[in-house]
Amino acid sequence: MSYLEYNTKYVPTGLRKLIYLNWPLIMLLVAVACTGFLMLYSVAGGSSEPWMSRQMERFAAGLIIMIIVAMVPIWFWRNMAGVAYGVALALLIAVEFVGVERNGSQRWLDLGVMDLQPSELMKITMVMLLAAYYDWLPTNKTSRPFWVLVPVAIILLPTYFVLQQPDLGTSLLLMMGGAAVMFVAGVHWAYFATVISAGVGTVVAVFQSRGQSWQILQDYQYRRIETFLDPSQDPLGAGYHITQAQIAFGSGGWTGRGFMQGTQSRLNFLPEKHTDFIFTTLAEEFGFIGAITLLILYVLIVFFCVASAVTNKDRFAALFTLGVAMTFFLFFAVNMAMVTGLAPVVGVPLPLVSYGGSAMLVLMLAFGVVQSAHVHKPR
Amino acid sequence: MAMKPAKDVGRSTRTMSRRAMLLGGVQMSVVAALGGRMQAMQVEQAEDFRLLAEENRINIRLLPPARGLIFDLNGLPIADNEQNYRVVMVREDAGDVDEVLAKLLTIVDIPEETIAKAKEEIFKRSPFVPVTIADRLAWEDMAKININAPALPGIIAEVGLSRVYPWGAELSHVTGYVGPVSDYDLSKIDDQDPLLQIPKFQIGKTGVENKLERTLRGSAGTSQIEVNAIGRVMRELDRVEGEPGKDIQLTIDARLQAYVQARLDGESAGAVVIDLEHGDLRAVASAPTFDPNLFVRGISVKDWTDLNENKYRPLAAKAVQGAYPPGSTFKMVTALAALEDGQIDPEETVWCPGFTEVSGTRFHCWKRGGHGNLNLHESLKQSCDCYYYEVSQRVGIDKIAEMARKLGLGIKHDLPLSAVASGLAPDKDWKTRTRGESWRIGDTVNASIGQGYVLSSPLQLAVMTARIATGRSVTPRIVRAIDGVETASGAGGPLGVNENWLRRVRASMDDVSNHLRGTAYRSRIIADGMQMAGKTGTSQVRRITAEERAAGVTKNEDLPWERRDHALFVDFAPVDNPRFAVAVVVEHGGGGSRAAAPIGRDITLQALYGGPPPLEAYPSGDREQIAEQQERIAEKMASLTTRAAGDRA
Repeated sequence: MSYLEYNTKYVPTGLRKLIYLNWPLIMLLVAVACTGFLMLYSVAGGSSEPWMSRQMERFAAGLIIMIIVAMVPIWFWRNMAGVAYGVALALLIAVEFVGVERNGSQRWLDLGVMDLQPSELMKITMVMLLAAYYDWLPTNKTSRPFWVLVPVAIILLPTYFVLQQPDLGTSLLLMMGGAAVMFVAGVHWAYFATVISAGVGTVVAVFQSRGQSWQILQDYQYRRIETFLDPSQDPLGAGYHITQAQIAFGSGGWTGRGFMQGTQSRLNFLPEKHTDFIFTTLAEEFGFIGAITLLILYVLIVFFCVASAVTNKDRFAALFTLGVAMTFFLFFAVNMAMVTGLAPVVGVPLPLVSYGGSAMLVLMLAFGVVQSAHVHKPR
Repeated sequence: MAMKPAKDVGRSTRTMSRRAMLLGGVQMSVVAALGGRMQAMQVEQAEDFRLLAEENRINIRLLPPARGLIFDLNGLPIADNEQNYRVVMVREDAGDVDEVLAKLLTIVDIPEETIAKAKEEIFKRSPFVPVTIADRLAWEDMAKININAPALPGIIAEVGLSRVYPWGAELSHVTGYVGPVSDYDLSKIDDQDPLLQIPKFQIGKTGVENKLERTLRGSAGTSQIEVNAIGRVMRELDRVEGEPGKDIQLTIDARLQAYVQARLDGESAGAVVIDLEHGDLRAVASAPTFDPNLFVRGISVKDWTDLNENKYRPLAAKAVQGAYPPGSTFKMVTALAALEDGQIDPEETVWCPGFTEVSGTRFHCWKRGGHGNLNLHESLKQSCDCYYYEVSQRVGIDKIAEMARKLGLGIKHDLPLSAVASGLAPDKDWKTRTRGESWRIGDTVNASIGQGYVLSSPLQLAVMTARIATGRSVTPRIVRAIDGVETASGAGGPLGVNENWLRRVRASMDDVSNHLRGTAYRSRIIADGMQMAGKTGTSQVRRITAEERAAGVTKNEDLPWERRDHALFVDFAPVDNPRFAVAVVVEHGGGGSRAAAPIGRDITLQALYGGPPPLEAYPSGDREQIAEQQERIAEKMASLTTRAAGDRA
């Protein structure tokens, strides 16, 4: 919808906007973030340093940013989509040259006050641009090949740079998040069916070719893929951490071992316990009940987003909200699948809980836009 | 942006909602899968994972117990635990390792080599693991390190226990020694004690240390500790103290033992002293000997080769392991067997022409010209062989073997010492069983004078003498008490041999020593009430051919050492009220009266007087030489006791 159309509807103005915020969503975000604080306190051995206090500051900043962004009318954000994507892409390219390297991958930009991870920003701006694109594109053109190629380019361009860092987890999330937006925007089934079957076909071909005369990959590459898919084949190397994570997870039992009583995390058997593997600590200390509660909180966040989206007649707002919901879903689903051993370890943090500035701020920014969409929903 | 027809907007919204719902469905199934996985891991397999987590976290560390000590009869320690001072370094506390080591070197003197090795180890291990830099430091060095502790970050001075044998070589054949447990040890012994899994844990390898290993070792305590992923100890969860090893008191008199060792020095020999009251072994000496401390500290290849290739076999405990033909010392057995069987009258005489013909073979007496007519008493006193050739044929080997076993020969005495020899008291059955040949009369004749198949150890000869002297079946014991609880006395019940016959034999042995024509007369004791009764023996280790005999038997001195006769001597003293029995075997020492009897006499006197005897106890002709000998030995013992005392301080 255009600004002119909005004028014909009722849209809250001024401080009245605060009443129209999606308060249940805010409550859920705060609840999840608090879970994160608790866990960061625990993994630091019962100390707010070094992680919890900083995470709280960031979350507070994030909340303020979210509300400010929510106050800004949604059409402003739609108009900003192209610029935002451009800036994010530029930063992503800049990382290639001036990025800070950690743990063998170059993902961060040193901004002085904080380190920024442009790939996080890209997840949101890409969804934003795609939503704006489909808002602009007449629906009858949605499935025409040329108009399908444009969003594919929008997705693949940043994906390429993220893969260069290398960051397999984020690139997968970018592609899946983008594809989800295309899917809900109404791109024809056949495209998805084609891509999925092509993908499956390639994977099958790669594995079928092993040992044949037309083998596609080198032997060592197969071995690498095997270890990636099944770390237990390498119990002291790649498999060690995932095994320890699963021991931590399973040993939680129904009610867990108690706050700060998780032996696996306190005794450093867990890898990355304050970032990617923080969920295992939660599961160890609060058990099945704790783990399932967090899962339900996440599902509710997605649910409130989807509910807001499907009742929104503004196509950009709806698409963007769905895109954010999907990205958020992918975040926690992939992370949880990873630490429970259902998916290979690809390095995706648990949203709002794992320690990390960029991801938190960008996510709050995204939820700000989602709130803006909710507040400025034509009623 | 172009305005879109409202109809179009409605349709696209519917498409979007439908697809969003579809996507939602996919998401819900993913969530269901996650929830299912969580349920499976945390509810169904929780127990398994909990166990794995506990295993991860808890380590059991063994607390080695202090090894039991070994004392001699008078309470002198003969196997002690020594405080072992060592310096260890924890890398993460040290900061600059090189600097700290350099500082350490200015304070204490540690070989360059040791430091280099330690440094290598330090950088190989995790930074929090204490690594031993040097051990067996002097107490003074220890004090210096402790005083300078502030300047030496990461350096800790520690005290541990390690085995030490204050008497060194003097008791090595009795105590044996300890050494680090080896894979070979583990394969040989069926022992589930977790202590044995500790690298370099010290266990008894030989002697009492080995045979009473379980008593001395004690049991391990455990410390349950929580460790983190890299093995750093976080805290102790539980601690169960072990039980220290039990102390053992031996019947050995360390000072007497040291004297015997000193007296045997220079010979390849074994000697045993038995206290007749309880069968206590006062000395079990074998020469040459070795320093057991070498083994505790890890013996060098050179030392090991020297010990192993020495032809006098210092590692063999000859007193209990050796098996020698007893020679004439066996004649008491033959005599008693014949008397008991009623085959001879003590006063009956046998004619000795210098040889006896038995089924076509000539058996010679040691005295070429023969002894003429002699009765039992004279035959023992002068050690005539022909007499025994004759009587043994009447008794038969089985009766002789039976008497030998009754007197403690040919049976294995149950002592906690390594490789206690069972010797051999042969009989017909034995020969058929082991050789598949029937017993011949010549074998009996040979056995009658302790040659042929008969074998015995110095220990067995001492037991035999003890039994003859007391008429009791004295059983040797070497452990007096374990943990303060005295063991059963070895005094023994009646031997079951007619006391009259025993008295006859004792009287003959008395004359062996104290009658002018006795074979050990030159080694008599003249002190009143201290006189001993003995028996010499000379056992051949080679066959003397008829040609050699015709040309004149080669003298021992002209033979290579390995082919010389063994010299033996057994005695008990005092004659009237026996307190000690002694047996001496000098390997390839020549004649028993010349090589073994003087040693036996000196040892007996030392035991009787509980120290150096007065010169008046010796025949006047010997005193000058004995005085010299006593001085020499006293000097040696003085240095020894100082060392033993010094080591304990």
